[in-house]
Amino acid sequence: MQSKKEHENLGREKLQRIIDTCKSVEDRALDPFLVDIKGNINALKEYFPEWRIPEDLCLDAETVHHLASVTRLQSEWVKHRSTSLYTDPFLLEDKIRRMTKADIVETFAKVWRPTIELEQISLRSITEAIEYWDSLLPMKERWKEFPLGENETGTATREELISQRILRDRSFSEELETFWQQLKKSTAEKGENGKIHYWNFVGADTYNETVQRAFMASFLITYGYATLEIHPLEEEVFIVPYQKPAPNTGSKQLVSIPIAVSAEDWQKWKKGELQ
Amino acid sequence: MSKRKAYYASKLKRATHLLFYKRHKKPGVKGWELRKALGSDYPKVLKLLDDYLKMLDLQVKTVFEEERTVEKPTLEQLDKARFLITLRGEITPKEAKMIGWRVDDLAGLAIAISYIISKRGKAPRKEVEDILRDKLPGWKVGLNVDRYIRYGYLTQDENEQLYLDWRTRAEVDQNALVDLVLSHEKA
Repeated sequence: MQSKKEHENLGREKLQRIIDTCKSVEDRALDPFLVDIKGNINALKEYFPEWRIPEDLCLDAETVHHLASVTRLQSEWVKHRSTSLYTDPFLLEDKIRRMTKADIVETFAKVWRPTIELEQISLRSITEAIEYWDSLLPMKERWKEFPLGENETGTATREELISQRILRDRSFSEELETFWQQLKKSTAEKGENGKIHYWNFVGADTYNETVQRAFMASFLITYGYATLEIHPLEEEVFIVPYQKPAPNTGSKQLVSIPIAVSAEDWQKWKKGELQ
Repeated sequence: MSKRKAYYASKLKRATHLLFYKRHKKPGVKGWELRKALGSDYPKVLKLLDDYLKMLDLQVKTVFEEERTVEKPTLEQLDKARFLITLRGEITPKEAKMIGWRVDDLAGLAIAISYIISKRGKAPRKEVEDILRDKLPGWKVGLNVDRYIRYGYLTQDENEQLYLDWRTRAEVDQNALVDLVLSHEKA
């Protein structure tokens, strides 16, 4: 006879399996009718009376949510099949594979109506450009505050360059990797829900070090090692590290988020007035 | 020229300037921008412009926010729609080359679009690349898909699923494309 605990464990596993199946249907555009909604609802009903703790109830709710998503996909699938756009993908794929490039282009040209778009400078932008040019200082005046000293050429060792902070003793990628590990560790120790307050991570004993850490953090975010979570109303900024670097798909519009790391802010943070 | 004619003539010129010249990252103008520049009767101005463009084999194309064409759009739907000037008639493959498309790239685009349509508007990038690899050199496939995304023909989500984007909705008659591909017989 199966014990109560075993039955519960079995139920949790079953629910997790349902969620995984639903997710794969949602993510991979598989046939949503592969999921047996009725059978899965029955399984949910069977285990529901067993759940006592909030985690199990959440798992149950998540399963219902995913089943609802798959039901929505089934509805869309039926709608699509009833439209004139429905085509058997295998048939279409077969046709495409058998067509020559020239045939495909000829076919496409019949249904393609390219957009007309012209780029031309306007009178207004010419006027603005001339005004800008007139107000621009000549190069010799702009650069005169940087007098060029007479330099003697010589050689320097790698160690000398490191001591002068021209080169680092590790490559930038290594440094970034280490910094990422630090972020993950700090988040696990000081953060909550997989994120950490921006200032709690970049803040350091000295202002110089804080700026250096903010600089590195910006690269972590740009290169997909972490992301920012901003709560504008609460004026809170969190860093959320990824467990694996997220690839830059190229389709998303990248945005720049300026975060001021001023000496005043750093002092406020030191006094515990800023997070 | 009557006052009324002069009024619409000046609106037509203004609409032409707005629609032909690229002002934003994406070509075309939103309905609300046209309303601001031309007044609330901008749909009538666009209709006049469309009639005028007929003889030049061009047309004013409306791309609604929703995926499908709206038969009788409300003013709100028009305000949110994007208006563009596109070719009205067919283009020959030779002309396509003249406007900067290589035959390979255009064939790849046609295949990607047809395949995504057949997959109910969503297909994994890997599957699209696999089918493209059949006829295009491997090194070019990824670059081409990125290019189609950049131009606004396709879009991609974080799960590497490809969808049709605004430019396909504006420029390609999807029903006709699928019909033509399916009805194609090897000569």
